[in-house]
Amino acid sequence: MENKLIISPSPHIHGGDSIQKNMTGVLIALAPALVVSLYFFGLGALIVTLVSVASCVIIEYLIQRFLLKKEPTLWDGSAILTGVLLAFNLPSNLPIWIIAIGALAAIGIGKMSFGGLGKNIFNPALVGRVFLLISFPAQMTTWPVPDPLSMHYTDVQTGATVLSLIKGSATTVIPSNTDMLLGNMGGSLGEVSAIALLIGLGYMLVRGIITWHIPVSILGTVMIFTGIMHGIAPYTYANPFIHVLSGGLMLGAIFMATDYVTSPMSKAGMIVYGVGIGLLTSVIRMFGSYPEGVSFAILIMNALTPLINNYIKPKHFGGK
Amino acid sequence: MLRTFKIGGIHPPENKLSAGKNIRPLAIPKQVVIPLAQHIGAPAQAAVKKGDIVKTGTLIGKAGGFVSANIHSSVSGKVNKIDNTIDSSGYKRPAIYIDVEGDEWEESIDRSDKLIKECALSPKEIIDKITEAGIVGMGGATFPTQVKLMPPPGNKAELLIINAAECEPYLTSDHSLMMEKGEEIMVGVSILMKAIEVGRAIIGIEINKPDAIAYLSSLAKGFGGINVMPLKSRYPQGGEKQLIDAVIRRQVKSGTLPISVGAVVQNVGTAFAVYEAVQKNKPLIERVVTVTGKSVSDPSNLLVRIGTPISDLIDAAGGIPEDTGKIIGGGPMMGKALASTDVSVTKGSSGILILTAKEATRKPMYDCIRCAKCVNVCPMGLNPTLLMDATDFQDWDLAEKNNIADCIECGSCSYTCPANRVLLDYIRLGKGKVMGIIRARKS
Repeated sequence: MENKLIISPSPHIHGGDSIQKNMTGVLIALAPALVVSLYFFGLGALIVTLVSVASCVIIEYLIQRFLLKKEPTLWDGSAILTGVLLAFNLPSNLPIWIIAIGALAAIGIGKMSFGGLGKNIFNPALVGRVFLLISFPAQMTTWPVPDPLSMHYTDVQTGATVLSLIKGSATTVIPSNTDMLLGNMGGSLGEVSAIALLIGLGYMLVRGIITWHIPVSILGTVMIFTGIMHGIAPYTYANPFIHVLSGGLMLGAIFMATDYVTSPMSKAGMIVYGVGIGLLTSVIRMFGSYPEGVSFAILIMNALTPLINNYIKPKHFGGK
Repeated sequence: MLRTFKIGGIHPPENKLSAGKNIRPLAIPKQVVIPLAQHIGAPAQAAVKKGDIVKTGTLIGKAGGFVSANIHSSVSGKVNKIDNTIDSSGYKRPAIYIDVEGDEWEESIDRSDKLIKECALSPKEIIDKITEAGIVGMGGATFPTQVKLMPPPGNKAELLIINAAECEPYLTSDHSLMMEKGEEIMVGVSILMKAIEVGRAIIGIEINKPDAIAYLSSLAKGFGGINVMPLKSRYPQGGEKQLIDAVIRRQVKSGTLPISVGAVVQNVGTAFAVYEAVQKNKPLIERVVTVTGKSVSDPSNLLVRIGTPISDLIDAAGGIPEDTGKIIGGGPMMGKALASTDVSVTKGSSGILILTAKEATRKPMYDCIRCAKCVNVCPMGLNPTLLMDATDFQDWDLAEKNNIADCIECGSCSYTCPANRVLLDYIRLGKGKVMGIIRARKS
């Protein structure tokens, strides 16, 4: 008995949280948006999501098993999550081979080349998306129009997104606010439904998976900045609600920018990071040549995260 | 809105299995082993030698300096030897072994149950009596009480805060003491107020002990200047700086003492010991110890003589369970894992916690995913994962700049980490190093 006693320093109990629980939690939070996407984009959304997840998981396994010769850590769920997030950032008519290349860029370049989960500087799913956007600009910006429970995949009817419409003129005819809230508009398959994404946000906040700081600061900044510009020149710049509800802003603010690994650690740092993403997104959308800028904004702020961590520390008890 | 400290904190399952259990006096063992170093500071010097006959309450160890405490015999009998014993940290420490014969007390000690409310002593006389009785902080820190009652020149206490948070899961020794010795505690608090010449005392109790809050609140009406403040249950509220923040909303600056914000904090068990010392002439020779654990058949609150081996306590609570993996002196968050059950109960022993092998086994550690949950729970506003890395890389400069010396070792970071990283193990190591470097620079 005596010689079997375990000796270790305190604390002697653990709260039971795990990487797997957090990753699963984010996946559950993504479920409403996936359901909406399967409804509006049908078969295409299903194929793109499955291919993306499968490619990410297989690529991570192969790299860990044969290149790094380590014990694969697929159980932690991070490769599945990257797969879903990558799919959410793609149009639902993207051919399988392009998705596989995106997964290779996401997992291979974005994640494993830095040493795997926890070591990467950039959000892996966004690395994959931007890689594809630059490599296959035509395929990546041809958006299927919503067609409830469609059985089409690559042969689907396509159209413009809200953001590319307003890039031409702020007064052009666009989907109604209700359609934008629900997700009845063209776009990447997971970004369209603001309501579904907000449900996911609520779930993650309640579960304590993320805090409010990043999403609120991003959405708030875009709202205020585009609001001011709209106030100054309403015929040139679209109203702030369109900016918040359309494109990848909700998806980016709630699921992409809040990636643990690539976002700052202190609350104040998170707000600086969020405001930075909000400003960059607005600037790219209103003054840049691309209609959408959330991915670039997040990647730029990812790069600044180590700097933010270095200069903006948590509030120290009893400090000056 | 209930008050609590402002930064970080966690709320582990409370598991107060022994709550509501009456305090049971434990039989006196055949031999006690009383360590001479039961407190922070210099060890006491033995005042007896082999073969001496001692009574319960006889001074057997004299304080070895300003920051030190007297030690008294907790039993009557004969000094068997003065020899090393293994303390709860696993170090060899000198101790006095006494073979028990009967239970004959020093005549000066008033053993009656009669409550004595009035105290006509001057502050100096009170502090002398506390010093004489060898009282130390009974929440576990074991800092000699008289030292905290004598503020350094230029500082003046404004109020007394009584720490009755008992935020550690499982432990109920303070809770049971409040329920059974409430009046004595109130007298003890008023004596402490007199000693530091303040007119105000606040007893901070977490809301998970509503009966203690109600009882002490009703008693407080009979004592001028004493108030009970219910606090939100949150760990580590019993940390001195956290409790001050919760109760009076003042932050003790890094590297300074609580007295700098006008507060003196004493544990509720200490207040009871002060009552016994000042009003009954009784030195600190026994205390309430919780013996608990999910596998323990009869979780108990025991009144135990100092120097009793913890095996006696475990036996009184139903014996060591078959699947025991770890025996902890103290609570699950800050207690120490014991290597044997021969360790003696000391002045700072608040509990004995038994964990099963399953509960005690640590899960494998993974790479940091930078989720910042450790940052969010740190009650000192530090960045635990950064401090762990700094220690790992032996970058003491980085560790010091990021305030590693302010860590209170509460363990909230390790408790929370989803990657099971042993943050506090590293930080404790780094803190020791950095404190050593700071001391060397000052001297």
